[in-house]
Amino acid sequence: MEPGLRSSIHLDGGAAPGQLRFLTCGSVDDGKSTLIGRLLFDTRGVLDDQLATLRRDSRRYGSTGGEVDLSLLVDGLEAEREQGITIDVAYRFFATSRRRFVVADTPGHEQYTRNMATGASNADLAVMLVDARKGVLTQTRRHAFIAALMGIRHIVLAVNKIDLTGFSEERFESIAAEFRASAAVLGFRTMQVIPLSARHGDNVVASSANTPWYAGPSLLSYLESVMVEPEALSRPFRMPVQWVNRSGLDFRGYSGTVASGHARPGQRIVVQPSGTEAEILRIVTMDGSLPSAGAGDAVTLVLDREIDASRGDVLAAADAPAAMADALSARLIWLHDTPLAAGREYLVKLGTRSVPGAVSRIRHRIDVSTREAVPTDTLRLNDLGHVELRLQAPVVFEPYAESRDLGGFILIDRLTNATVGVGMVDAALHRATDITWQALDVDRAARGRLDGQRPAVLWFTGLSGAGKSTVANLVERRLHALGRHTYVLDGDNLRHGLNRDLGFSEADRAENVRRASEVAALFADAGLIVIASLISPYRSERARARDRVPDGEFIEVFVDAPVDECRRRDPKGLYKKADAGLLRGFTGVDAPYEIPDAPELHLRTAEAPPEDLAEHVVAELRRRGVFA
Amino acid sequence: MNALSPRTDALAAPRLAAAPHLRQLEAESIHIIREVVAECRNPVLLYSVGKDSSVLLHLIRRAFHPGRPPFPLLHIDTGWKFREMIAFRDETARRYGLDLIVHTNEDARAQGVNPFDHGAFYTHAMKTEALKAALRRHGFDAAFGGARRDEEKSRAKERIFSFRTAAQQWDPKEQRPEFWRLYNGRVAPGEGVRVFPLSNWTELDIWHYVLAEDIPIVPLYRAALRPVVERDGNLIMVDDERMRMRPGEAPQHRMVRFRSLGCYPLTAAVESTAQSLPEIVGEMAASRTSERATRLIDKDEADSMERKKREGYF
Repeated sequence: MEPGLRSSIHLDGGAAPGQLRFLTCGSVDDGKSTLIGRLLFDTRGVLDDQLATLRRDSRRYGSTGGEVDLSLLVDGLEAEREQGITIDVAYRFFATSRRRFVVADTPGHEQYTRNMATGASNADLAVMLVDARKGVLTQTRRHAFIAALMGIRHIVLAVNKIDLTGFSEERFESIAAEFRASAAVLGFRTMQVIPLSARHGDNVVASSANTPWYAGPSLLSYLESVMVEPEALSRPFRMPVQWVNRSGLDFRGYSGTVASGHARPGQRIVVQPSGTEAEILRIVTMDGSLPSAGAGDAVTLVLDREIDASRGDVLAAADAPAAMADALSARLIWLHDTPLAAGREYLVKLGTRSVPGAVSRIRHRIDVSTREAVPTDTLRLNDLGHVELRLQAPVVFEPYAESRDLGGFILIDRLTNATVGVGMVDAALHRATDITWQALDVDRAARGRLDGQRPAVLWFTGLSGAGKSTVANLVERRLHALGRHTYVLDGDNLRHGLNRDLGFSEADRAENVRRASEVAALFADAGLIVIASLISPYRSERARARDRVPDGEFIEVFVDAPVDECRRRDPKGLYKKADAGLLRGFTGVDAPYEIPDAPELHLRTAEAPPEDLAEHVVAELRRRGVFA
Repeated sequence: MNALSPRTDALAAPRLAAAPHLRQLEAESIHIIREVVAECRNPVLLYSVGKDSSVLLHLIRRAFHPGRPPFPLLHIDTGWKFREMIAFRDETARRYGLDLIVHTNEDARAQGVNPFDHGAFYTHAMKTEALKAALRRHGFDAAFGGARRDEEKSRAKERIFSFRTAAQQWDPKEQRPEFWRLYNGRVAPGEGVRVFPLSNWTELDIWHYVLAEDIPIVPLYRAALRPVVERDGNLIMVDDERMRMRPGEAPQHRMVRFRSLGCYPLTAAVESTAQSLPEIVGEMAASRTSERATRLIDKDEADSMERKKREGYF
């Protein structure tokens, strides 16, 4: 052991070391606590008197016979020592001459998933342990999944107890391959696999002579050198206002921690959600004003004018404000014994803002072992779900993948004040009309300009056999000939791919239409003229499709033919099947078709040839200025 | 310079440029401090006069500059603190214009409870019970403390916002999970939170920061010739005439300093020649014992701190 390794970080000279925050996780008895104990011990983070206590505790509680049990260094609570388990997140600190480390030791027991998520929320990297004799277990996959979910982008697989396999290279390689394969879809930026023995120290601090076949770094050298880039610095400026500093008669400053980007005097900012703009005048500190402050800095900003901003507001770069919404889709981990009650009001805390809100819908639970969606109407302790949230007021947010500070939230029980859920925002559910949207540099109009057209959604609705597909096809051919960019979304064709999992139950038909609406909105956003052709029998689902695109871009085309005529045509033989009882809930036979109240276009296919009707549609697009 | 009108001329030199980890720790602590003031009704700083309290107070002043800290300091005075601590405490409150509340368990003092005869009961009465009574009397719903996770094993598992029941007890199995920079300080009447902004600092970080920021500390941290007796392997300073001498004991002057400060009969000095802050930092970096080794009350069983915390100790 190098004497004075602990003497560590010097304030003068040498490269300035940052800190690395990592968590250790893995299955029960994989040796997490022992590994941390070993790191502390070998970097001289364990002091003489602590060692004396450890020797005494090892005799009393230890599981290593007469030897010092390093795991007792981190198992801090009485119940843990008595039961030989880890029941809560423990934070440990050690330093080498190159870096300072904060370790969150999180338990492997299934019921403590919430603690793993807690430890992961502030970590840059995860060290996952597996027992070399057991290999990758369900729990390993589960923890890798949670680490990825919480936004960890760097992972180390520590193949522990390699000594107990006789330092087998073959065993190591097979575990490494299995882990790489199972974690490949999780989006980790770096993955390092290291064979080690926490108990004996092989490859923990120094490379081991027992694994000559392993050419990589020891765990500590890897942790000392791995780069975890502070991405938040390169994003636009955002700072949730924590507290308004009113000191004396005329001082007013906005205090907070910069969530992303930089603040500089002279910079224009916008207060969200109000939309008021101002300029940063000074960044005030006890030592004078700063020339700039970056993500992670706790600052007080003085603005150039009196504005109305308070705790919960977000100061953002004026040219790149954040998104706002009062309905969000999110991943949610349930943390409490009392299950989630959908529809019940909780307090949602996001950034510095707390607003009442409810989980309006649980889309499904995600089985963290298989990563499959499972239908459910509640979430229980340690469950992960995909949910929709409705808030009583809009919040300023960013997707969690872009910002932990503005994309992570907790749910607080209003009666008990307990923290009952933790969530990661995926997206806004819809565009509320009274709030602004994130202004992307290339927007739908810009894309359309490139194409010499404005986006539009032609939504063909009508009975089966009314002629939707026929006319739609002709319209697309005509537009294509005119050099316009188009795409046809056909209800039947969608069922071969995107909607392959859907049947013909009422719920599945509604989902079929919903997905088609979303795809139509996306394609329109990409600048295309979308021609959607679906029976879509209900007014409400057509209204929802209309809601998904800006006003004026949705053109409802009612393709109308008498039901007898449709039956006569029956191009797909569906009426016959329905009549024979082979198809239930078929529109026009035993399910209703709600006629559009005010369609933009009404095409009567029994009264005119389809070519004329198609030309009529193209003329309407021209009249609306979709293209010149 | 008028504290209420920050200077607008020269921009500050980059602070802590050579120690980004201290900058990160400082920012994290300031964020926590501001969360408490924004969310809690009636906070207080539990000021214990030691180096951690000095750092915490410095961070609090930074958090609210150019204003003053918008809450008072509370010192639980057992009546057995070093005299230099009391002088430093009063000087600090005066220098920064802070409200200082001093609370002592007067009943226990009148009954003659003392560290020589009453051991664990002394700590319970003069510290734990006194603290609970003071928080109750003033209705404080949030109390800042300078505890760090590297100090002790049960501290390592405590949250930054540590919820206390109406009986002011800590339940390690019912802690509120903490994510990112989101803290839940909501409490019902009578309940409270103890908040530890220095959770992620180590003892060495504290000293590096004291040095970098030139933070005033009690002179007892610096080596000087002081009257001590050697007892059970510990050097105990004879701070006043109440010190009970055992047969054959006589104070002798030794070059000593303190790593940790508390009640003088329960706090051991270490032999040292480190007088300046750089010397102290150098000595700490090479030290092979933890600061808790100098606290006589913490040497009981492994779970004694956990037990005290469950009862309401800080």
